[in-house]
Amino acid sequence: MAAQVIVVTSGKGGVGKTTTSAAFAAGLALRGHKTVVIDFDVGLRNLDLVMGCERRVVFDFINVINGDANLNQALIKDKRNDNLYIFPTSQTRDKDALKREGVERVLDELKKTFDYIVCDSPAGIEHGAVTALYFADRAIIVTNPEVSSVRDSDRIIGILSSRSRRAERNEPPVDIHLLLTRYDAERVTKGEMLAVEDVKEILSIPLLGVIPESESVLRASNTGTPVVFDPESSAGRAYTDAVARFLGEQREMRFVKPERKGFFRVLFGRA
Amino acid sequence: MGLFSSLFSPRPKTASIAKERLKIVLAHERASRDAPDFLPRLQKDLLAVVARYCQINEEMIHVNVGKAGDTSLLEINIELAGAKAL
Repeated sequence: MAAQVIVVTSGKGGVGKTTTSAAFAAGLALRGHKTVVIDFDVGLRNLDLVMGCERRVVFDFINVINGDANLNQALIKDKRNDNLYIFPTSQTRDKDALKREGVERVLDELKKTFDYIVCDSPAGIEHGAVTALYFADRAIIVTNPEVSSVRDSDRIIGILSSRSRRAERNEPPVDIHLLLTRYDAERVTKGEMLAVEDVKEILSIPLLGVIPESESVLRASNTGTPVVFDPESSAGRAYTDAVARFLGEQREMRFVKPERKGFFRVLFGRA
Repeated sequence: MGLFSSLFSPRPKTASIAKERLKIVLAHERASRDAPDFLPRLQKDLLAVVARYCQINEEMIHVNVGKAGDTSLLEINIELAGAKAL
């Protein structure tokens, strides 16, 4: 199978791109696929913290683009899974450090050894975000059930279909997936939150998964563990399902209806 | 709000308000997004050419891009009714 470049993007900040990139890359690695996750948020490095490898960063993406280091020096091998690698970004304030030709060269090099290359996009629709999505074969649009997030997702979907390399070359379009995060089924039932069907209808792209609002996401980032490594957590299980669907499996959507809490769950339950 | 009123006048469902607002704003934004960047410049150039032959002002030229099936249409409407020949 040819290597696939996946961009995790959203337009809006704070909706869960880095959490999703970490969980998705780890989920693909757990399924036996050699996966690298790249932080495209130049200047605001954070993927390393979420992945728990912040103290092992020596060289970064920009060093490799500029030829100051090679890939083997910069890639960080995950200590939990042999298939998983992290490619941290630079903390430089030079916004133009991310040159398209350089990014292309590095991605082509990565494609020789990896099955999946997950690109964690910065927020916004500026240079960094456009560079992150430019080379994508598939895109995961991370959206919260909230008006500004849905609107920004629509905007970034427009950019994917007009300004990606596939669009510029008239190739088959980027395969776009919707991932709805921070979903609260109880509030949806009360009519206080957009339902998954509403968001699907408005954005009209296929649904990859629904990640429930869960305390386990903060626990995971506190400890630098992608949430899929926590099999107890609802968010972790939802991400595992989404990865399976991404790989072509059929899985029923869970966590879209309010959970009926039994006596023992109320007493001992974890989110 | 007392117990009585909160029981019998449920608050409006804000999610459906959100959905309607999004549908309207996105329909508007998608239409303007699909328009090519050169439209304003094209309109200006057309105005300059037509103005060589008759008196015309900006409001009399309308340039739009639309779709008919798979074909993109560039629609140019120039009002000449009130325009005087130079």
